[in-house]
Amino acid sequence: MIHAFSGNAAVAYAMKQINPDVVAVYPITPQTVAMERFADFVADGDVDTELIMADSEHSAMSCCIGASLAGGRVMTSTASAGLALMWEVLFVAASNRCPIIMNVMNRALSAPINIHCDHSDAMGARDSSWIQIHAENVQEAYDNIIQAVRIAEHENVRLPVMTNMDGFTLSHATERMETLEDQQVQKFISEFKAIYPLLDVDNPVTYGPLDLYDYYFEHKRQQVEAMELAYDVIKKVGQEYGKMTGRSFDMLHPFEMEDAEVAVVVLGSTSGTARVAVRAMRQKGIKVGLVKLRVFRPFPKDELREMLKGMKAVAVMDRSDSFGAFGGPVFSEVRSALLGEDVEVVNYIYGLGGRDIRQDQIEQVITDMSTVAKTGKVKSFVTYLGVR
Amino acid sequence: MKEKGWKECLWGGLIVDAGNSVLYKTGDWRSQRPIRDEQKCTDCLQCWIMCPDAAIKVKDGKIVGIDYDYCKGCGICCKVCPFDAIEMKEEGEK
Amino acid sequence: MVSLKKLSEKEELLAPGHRLCAGCGASIIVRQVLLAAETPVVIANATGCLEVATTIYPYTAWRVPWVHSAFENAAATIAGVETMYQLKKRKGEITRDIKFLAFGGDGGTYDIGIQALSGALERGHDILYICYNNGAYMNTGIQRSSATPKGASTTTSPAGRVIPGKKRFPKDLTAIVAAHNIPYCGQTSPSFYNDLTGKVQKALSTEGPTFLNIISPCPRGWRHETDESIAMAEEAVTSCFWPLYEVENGAWRLTGYSKQIAEGKKEKTSVIDWMKKQGRFRHLFTETRKSFLESIQEEVDREWENLKKRCGY
Ligand SMILES: Cc1ncc(C[n+]2csc(CCOP(=O)(O)OP(=O)(O)O)c2C)c(N)n1
Ligand code: SF4
Ligand code: SF4
Ligand code: SF4
Ligand SMILES: [Mg+2]
Repeated sequence: MIHAFSGNAAVAYAMKQINPDVVAVYPITPQTVAMERFADFVADGDVDTELIMADSEHSAMSCCIGASLAGGRVMTSTASAGLALMWEVLFVAASNRCPIIMNVMNRALSAPINIHCDHSDAMGARDSSWIQIHAENVQEAYDNIIQAVRIAEHENVRLPVMTNMDGFTLSHATERMETLEDQQVQKFISEFKAIYPLLDVDNPVTYGPLDLYDYYFEHKRQQVEAMELAYDVIKKVGQEYGKMTGRSFDMLHPFEMEDAEVAVVVLGSTSGTARVAVRAMRQKGIKVGLVKLRVFRPFPKDELREMLKGMKAVAVMDRSDSFGAFGGPVFSEVRSALLGEDVEVVNYIYGLGGRDIRQDQIEQVITDMSTVAKTGKVKSFVTYLGVR
Repeated sequence: MKEKGWKECLWGGLIVDAGNSVLYKTGDWRSQRPIRDEQKCTDCLQCWIMCPDAAIKVKDGKIVGIDYDYCKGCGICCKVCPFDAIEMKEEGEK
Repeated sequence: MVSLKKLSEKEELLAPGHRLCAGCGASIIVRQVLLAAETPVVIANATGCLEVATTIYPYTAWRVPWVHSAFENAAATIAGVETMYQLKKRKGEITRDIKFLAFGGDGGTYDIGIQALSGALERGHDILYICYNNGAYMNTGIQRSSATPKGASTTTSPAGRVIPGKKRFPKDLTAIVAAHNIPYCGQTSPSFYNDLTGKVQKALSTEGPTFLNIISPCPRGWRHETDESIAMAEEAVTSCFWPLYEVENGAWRLTGYSKQIAEGKKEKTSVIDWMKKQGRFRHLFTETRKSFLESIQEEVDREWENLKKRCGY
């Protein structure tokens, strides 16, 4: 079906079609509207879901963990400070292998308080063992949520998934998009399979013991493995979903990369602007390509390396900073993935607190890359784009 | 228990063998040993309900012994017995 | 009145082999609670002595489904579990009765977990939250909490030359919980197993959120002999430091020994005598701190009178 949906409406609609057992949430801009819409579905009996309006995001995630371990399909949604408040229990959810799905409408962190988009929230949670998928547009945001259910619940994975989309840019933008039929969604996600549920009182289990130096490391190693196995699962689920919808889903989405000599790596809604910029610069004779990073965790290091090796210069766009580090988080990962390759990788940090990113700025980035390619010299490895 | 590798243990520290703490014997923490005098004991079960370690064994409403595998020798049973039927003795003492 | 003989026929759901200290009040409380429960239970436990010492991987002492998530979120965790149960019940996927319990220490309940507790109570989950209250953060080495008694020396409210231990009275968490207008809450003590098990059964048979605040002697933190735990939890009651009462649908009622004191059938003992038996108050027994000590007795007396009034005496 074709709709004109905002990101928030699309999230609520995907959740309605998934019909999760339990949803526990707390309001925070810019995802509040999604929860309000979903609350309407609950109030009207359109879903079977038990909705918990928690006392905080920390409690919301804790309720999600409880409901998940009890044996339910569980979802939530948050942004910014909400995700930061959950930080402690994000690890608990992942370590207990709760396949919780969380929509995150990316927003800057305080202080000063700012309600607009950047990726500081998601990047702050990058080491929590949550799978992270980033959407370019409202359509993808919807598609990602539905695929996330399959990915999270896969027996080789059993990890929570965070489906990200840019706050306001997508959450509050109305776009034309296509949804699946309810039955299609249900068939695609299939029944939830609980593993060692707490509600099985005849087979009592203990979750979350004190785990010391003798076993903790082993349990962490298992998470590493789950992330590695998730790689394949994400690809297969993407292919299957792609067949059904005619849209394509992969870890990385290259654009004009076949003969490219320089490349831009970007994630989230900026990919759209970047694509336009690439097209324009190609007309000016620069052999530039774009790599959209759809999945940030597990990080598609091998595929990225294959795609970028041989480039003369690569610009990595980061919408958050890692203060005191050498560049932003995406930059660090891309650079490590290219270790040993003869490629100059440079970083552009942009758009903090919702600062607009314009086509001409990305074109400037591409011009810079072209210069690096020609001269082999990098003026600055980390550039703050659009700051006064 | 032999320490398992990451491929052999269940994820996240999940324990499915409920109550397997019985494999861990806390009896060797004890420096004093409760001894019950069967003559004095009236099977009132006060000691049983107050024992922190479920170490007082009861069958059909009667005390059948103290489980020295787990008894930590706290002495609560001795203190709460209304009939002075439990005495604490130094471990090793006869 | 529960019959001990009857209770003794039930399975021990907290297995021995746990590593709580000898004489720890927490395990006595848990045993009594689980013996009182008449249906299967699922438990969420906050971080603290009880959680740590009963589940040292790869061992668990729990013969019931049990989850520990974090320090401050036992109430939220059990709320999530219970919500899933309500859904399954609504859909007819589960028909049997299961009860949902949370255990938190005083730190996990009075302090860091009070928000999650308040939220769960307000939302009306069908749970029983139990605070085993040993009056300090024992697991991390006896730091003060907002439940630490006035005058107690802890590692973060140490008695010094100038400061006589914790300066303030504990907050009245049970009254705070009662102010949520939940159907049932109260205070009890493991020394009065009849009172404790009776209240647990009442709470578990009540629909909606319920709460019990249970005094939990800690030989290590209170600094008394291990065999004194039950005596300490008893004298806390007889001195009216820890009155036994319940609040059922808004009606405040003294119970057991406390009721008998109020009705003149039992003697109220001195709180100072109770304090004298615990090392954590030892520094108060000097000439210069006499008035401070007396102020504690006065405050306990005043609170007791207030409680009596609330209970209609
Ligand atoms: C968020 C967080 N802060 C602090 C701690 C450290 N911590 C663990 S247990 C504990 C004290 C527990 O005290 P209480 O709840 O009274 O239980 P007890 O140990 O006394 O039984 C503290 C401070 C923690 N685990 N998590
Ligand atoms: S000494 Fe303590 S642990 Fe041993 S049986 Fe008596 S009460 Fe139980
Ligand atoms: S308390 Fe004393 S009399 Fe009662 S059962 Fe125990 S040993 Fe026997
Ligand atoms: S420190 Fe206190 S509360 Fe903790 S296990 Fe020991 S006696 Fe129990
Ligand atoms: Mg405590």
